[in-house]
Order: sequence, then C-alpha cells, then structure tokens
Amino acid sequence: MSDNLQLNPEGKLKHFLTIEGLNKSLLQEILDTAESFIGINDQQIKKVPLLRGKTIVNLFFENSTRTRTTFELAAKRLSADVLSMSISTSSTSKGESLLDTIRNLEAMFVDMFVVRHAISGAAHFIAQHTAPHISVINAGDGQHAHPTQAMLDMFTIRQIKKDFSRLRVAIIGDILHSRVARSEIQALNMLGVAEVRVIAPKTLLPAHVESLGVTVSHNLTEGLADIDVIIMLRLQKERMSSALLPSESEYFKCFGLTEDTLKNAKPDAIVMHPGPINRGVEIDSKVADGPQSVILKQVSNGIAIRMAIMAMAMQKQGSL
Amino acid sequence: MTQQIHIRQGRIIDPANDIDRIGCVYIADGKIISMTEEPVGFKPDIVIDAGNQIVCPGFIDLSARLREPGQSRKATFESETVAAASGGITTLCLQPDTIPVIDTTAVAELIKELAEKAQYPQIYPIAALTQKLEGNELSSMLSLKQAGCIAVGNAGQPVKNLLVLRRAMEYAASHDLLLMFQSNDYWLGNKGCAHEGAVATRYGLPSIPEAAETVALAQCLELAELTGCRVHFGQLSCKRSVIKIHQAKKYGLNVSADVAIHQLHLTENDMAPFDSAYHVLPPLRTEADKQYLRQGLAGGTLNSLCSDHQPHDIDAKLGAFPETEPGISALETLLPLMLKLVAQHVITLEMGIAALSSNPAQILRLKSGALTPGFSADVCVFDPELIWQVNSENWRSRGVNTPFWGQMLKGRVTHTLQAGKMIYCLKK
Repeated sequence: MSDNLQLNPEGKLKHFLTIEGLNKSLLQEILDTAESFIGINDQQIKKVPLLRGKTIVNLFFENSTRTRTTFELAAKRLSADVLSMSISTSSTSKGESLLDTIRNLEAMFVDMFVVRHAISGAAHFIAQHTAPHISVINAGDGQHAHPTQAMLDMFTIRQIKKDFSRLRVAIIGDILHSRVARSEIQALNMLGVAEVRVIAPKTLLPAHVESLGVTVSHNLTEGLADIDVIIMLRLQKERMSSALLPSESEYFKCFGLTEDTLKNAKPDAIVMHPGPINRGVEIDSKVADGPQSVILKQVSNGIAIRMAIMAMAMQKQGSL
Repeated sequence: MTQQIHIRQGRIIDPANDIDRIGCVYIADGKIISMTEEPVGFKPDIVIDAGNQIVCPGFIDLSARLREPGQSRKATFESETVAAASGGITTLCLQPDTIPVIDTTAVAELIKELAEKAQYPQIYPIAALTQKLEGNELSSMLSLKQAGCIAVGNAGQPVKNLLVLRRAMEYAASHDLLLMFQSNDYWLGNKGCAHEGAVATRYGLPSIPEAAETVALAQCLELAELTGCRVHFGQLSCKRSVIKIHQAKKYGLNVSADVAIHQLHLTENDMAPFDSAYHVLPPLRTEADKQYLRQGLAGGTLNSLCSDHQPHDIDAKLGAFPETEPGISALETLLPLMLKLVAQHVITLEMGIAALSSNPAQILRLKSGALTPGFSADVCVFDPELIWQVNSENWRSRGVNTPFWGQMLKGRVTHTLQAGKMIYCLKK
C-alpha cells in the first residue's frame, strides 16, 4: 500500500499528506530546508521571494488557531498570496460539496491548498481530485495524520538531541484519537529512533497499536524509564463523557506529567506538547513552563518547517 | 403457451439431485419437463447449444438492494434486474431498508408491482422485523407475509432492545416466518467504518470490532433457542461468527448462515489508502477471518453465498472514506468470484453451485434451486472459461461501485432462464 500520490515521478514532494510512504532522506531534506529558513525569523525583513506570485489557500474545515496562523505566516514569509478560509463542516455535509468547494477554488487559479478537516482521509480525497498542478498539504485530517506537526517536532528534537538513533521517545495520552501521534510514530521510526513507547490506558490506545511500531505501557512511572523525549498529547474533554475515562482528576493522577513523575525519565529528557495544553489535566504547569519544556520552541519551529514543506512541494512544479 | 426450450449437451450440475453429467434439459410451459429423454412431441422453439458450458439451477441471492422505492437515483428495478439476469440470478431477496421501509403491505405491494413491471427475476421482499427498522415496535409480519414477503429481517439495523427482539422472534415463530438477521451491535459498532485492526489504526479510521457482530450473534442464538424462531444469519464477516454458528448447529439449533462473496476474497489489507470502493459493512476483516469464512463455506457451516448487492450513485462514494456510503455493486461478480474459489481449491464446483441455488432454496423453503422435472425452469448456463473485463461495456448494474472494476474475471453467464423464459442471453 504505497502513498506515492505524494511524490512526483522524480521522487520529489508533490503533496504532503502523511509521513507514510515517504523516506528517511526526504524527511532529512525537509529538516535541512527548515534549518535554512530558521534565520529568516531573526531578520528585520522576515521574507524570502520563493513563492512570489503563488496563491495558497488555507482551507480549515475544523477550528485551529496555532496551525492556521503558522501556515499563514509561513506562506507570507515565502511571499505567497494567502487566503485563509474557515468553513464550518455543517455547511459541507457530504463529499460532493467538499469537492464542489475545491472545484470552485481551483477555478480561482490556486496553486496550493492547506487543508484541515475533521474526517480521516479528507486530504487524500482532495489530493486525488484536485487539478494536477495544485499541491495539497495536510494540516490535520480526522484521526489520521498531522504530518507537519510531526516534522516540526522532529525538527525540535534534532535541534536539541542531534542524533535520532539512540533516542527513546515516549508519547503519552490519547493515542486512539490522535493524528499527531500517528504521524509522530511514523516519522520517529523512519528517522531511526531506538524506541517509540506509547503510554496510555487501554481505552485510549487503538487496536493493534504495536503494529505501528511501538512498545506499550499502561503505567506512567514505569513507562518513563530511560526516556529522552516526552511527547504529551492533549486530552479532549469529551473523552470523559464517552466513557473512555472516569474523570480528569483520575487521569491526571495516573498519566499527568508532574515534576515528580518527570524524574522517572532521563535527567536531560525534553518535554513536548503539540498544544493547546490542558494545564492540570495532562501536564502540570510547573512542567509545562519548566526548564525541560520545549513547547514554545515547537511553536516557533512550526513556521520554518511549514515554509520548508510549502517550498519543497512547489518546487515539483519546476517553477522555482 | 410458452416456449419450448432445449438446452443441448451441457455439463449439467444439479446438486439437489446429485447430478453431474453431460446431457440435455427440456423445458416447456415454464417448467422443466425432462432431464433424460426427449419428451414425445417436443418441438423446441429455442435450442441452446451448451457444449463446453455448465448448466445449473438459476442462482438465488439472499441479500440484495435494488434501491427502489426511494433511491432511484442510485439504481432501479429495471437496471438491477437486468444486471441480476446477466449474473445468472433468477431469484433474489430484497432487504427491507428501502425508503420507505418494507413494514407495511402497501410497500410490499409497491415492490410487487415494480417487480412485475421489470418482469424478471423473481423478487421476494424481506419484511422489516420492526416498524421502520427502529427496533421498537413489531411490524405487521403476518400481513406482510400474506403480501408476499418471504421472511422478516433487520437489514443490518441493530435491535438495541433485546426484549423487543425476543418478542419479534416469538411472533415470527408463531407464523412460521424465517428471521434473516444481520448481527450488528449498535453500541459496539460505535459508528465505525472499518475493521478494528492494524489498517484502521494506521489510517485513523473509526473502527468496528468483531465483537459488534459476535455479541449480537450470540444474543440472537440464545433467543433462537428461547423462542424457537428459525434464524438465518446473513453476511457474516469474521472467524468467531463461524465458530458460533458451527457450535449452534452442532447443538441442534435450527439456524443457517451465509457470507457475502467479497468477504471471501478481500481483506482490510486490500484497501488502497482511503479507497471508498472497499467501504462495506460489515467491514473487510483480516486474512485469518477470510480463511475461516472460506473453511466455513467448505465445511458447510455457512450454507450459502450472497451478493449483498448495494449499488450506489457516483456521489455516494465520492468523499473522504468515513463519509462515503458502504456497499458493493455485486450481482454480476457473484458467479466469477464463486468460480475463483473453485479455482483456488476452496470448494468444489458442485458445492459452489449448491451455495448459490439448492442451499438458499432450502433456507427459504422454495420449490426451486434444482433442475427437478416439474420445477419452475430457472436455469443458468455459463461458460466457466470465458474471461471478461469488469468495465462499462460489460456491466449492467447502474452502480459501478465495485473494487473489482477493471479486473479480468473468469466465468460468464451465457443464458439465464426464469420460469422457462429466456431473460438473458450473452451477445457474442
């Protein structure tokens, strides 16, 4: 089952939908390209003309502040024209209208869609049905993938830890509903980490989770042993009403990251979170704001990584 | 006076009569009149040369949807009966989830009218077990039976309240009605769209565990014993269901079961990323499930094969996977996919034909599914070696939603007769 939909015949990035089906050198190329963009953030004029004259449409069928903002900033720093649209899913009930939305925007000579959608597979669907010259970047689809978030986390990890091969990474929380977790697991394994460990109660783990290439722990204290990188996931409030968890407080007691539980990981372990964080639910404020936290660094890196992915996906058009 | 038809020198396979030989079939007045000697004064209007072909009873499909009434944009009786005939199907059971649901005699009558207008094949509606299939109140089963419904069923809609299910089964049993039950627990199904396994996990698809099927099946088996209702379990999808049916039969319960043909050929792993052609309910499961279903068919635990035909319009399959509608358009691939099981040595040809004719006839207590003299002349003649492509040139159903689209398949119906009338003939 290949995802070569993402690559053009020369193996260059055309769409960026999921980590699956890509390869290590491509991921490294993304990280290296992002590295070259990092300096731009510190310049007085934070712009490069790479995508001048290109039109990028941010299509957000699901609410997001951070992701949308960083995509918008990334596009603007590449000198593209950006249009951000928030489309409530209630107005687009079925695939037909999703397709119609896309067709209408295509007719306005768009070069790239950045898509967030509440349904798994939405970005694939759009990539399959959009005009051939248009690139699609997945900014999160249902519970499937959020590959740009995964890449910005890889970037952050590489900045601090340098070498992936010895790293043990723990992902803690609601793996079942997390597109971030799925993309992180694929990216970490592709970059060759020593271990990816998921830590969660069974109700928050998908069936056959080991098939994703992870080891499993249901106990935070034990699970954090020898861990270099901790990725916390956001816990949605509706998990309590759907009988997946008894209460926020019990969850925090078992799986909340505090200064105390953090001591079970390696002393130089870093703490990450894709945001937005629920203080006192999955993470204690002292850890979130503490010296081992790199949460805000992740946010700044989001701009560079999204610039890199947008620029690379446009490169396939031979126009750069 | 209807036509006299002589089917010449075909390999006759008639499992109910234990026949497998080269020979002729003589048909007059809509009935089979002889399988051995030419009747005196027989003057055939049509002679079908069946040399190198197989002659068998017309197929009986236990589960199909023709989309009328209510969804004629997807398909019509006219389009789908032609498709059925070209697939060798002479009798089919219509699931009750039409719009409106088959829960009143008026709807049953309407279906009868539509069927008569389309002329062929024989169509039997299945009555809804409960009103609107909502699982709250009983449908007027007896009236529906008298209006031509062959059984009662839930069309895959969960019956959440087991007391309602118990009473519905008791009531059905009082009128000697067969319950055609598709096991599906509403809560465990959790509005999923794919098998709860590695593939759904990788793609983040809302998933359905086997237990959604097996728990509902186990409950219904218990109630079958309690109520004495005859139950046929349709479209099983997993290993543990086969085991449960096997045990129930061994225990002496009056139950039967079928499997949709695609479940014997496809698994979750065959699905290209988010390809909605593979979106079916129950979902495609694992290789182990597929193998067990195959064994279940070979060993007789699963009595019959069905198409589980569900044609769709293009828009229904055009969207992100979870938002698309489930189902495969399957009447025309039923025979070649059965033959593929024979080629793969899963079953013998005779077993495959029995699973499509005499076995479902027995389940429905129909006087058909066999080439017995005196029976309605429902006959299928097919060329087991003919290779054809699933493409718009060959396809009759209005629904092109099949994962087999574009594939080359082996085995094709050349003639279909229903009540002695040629309802399909392959143009050469």
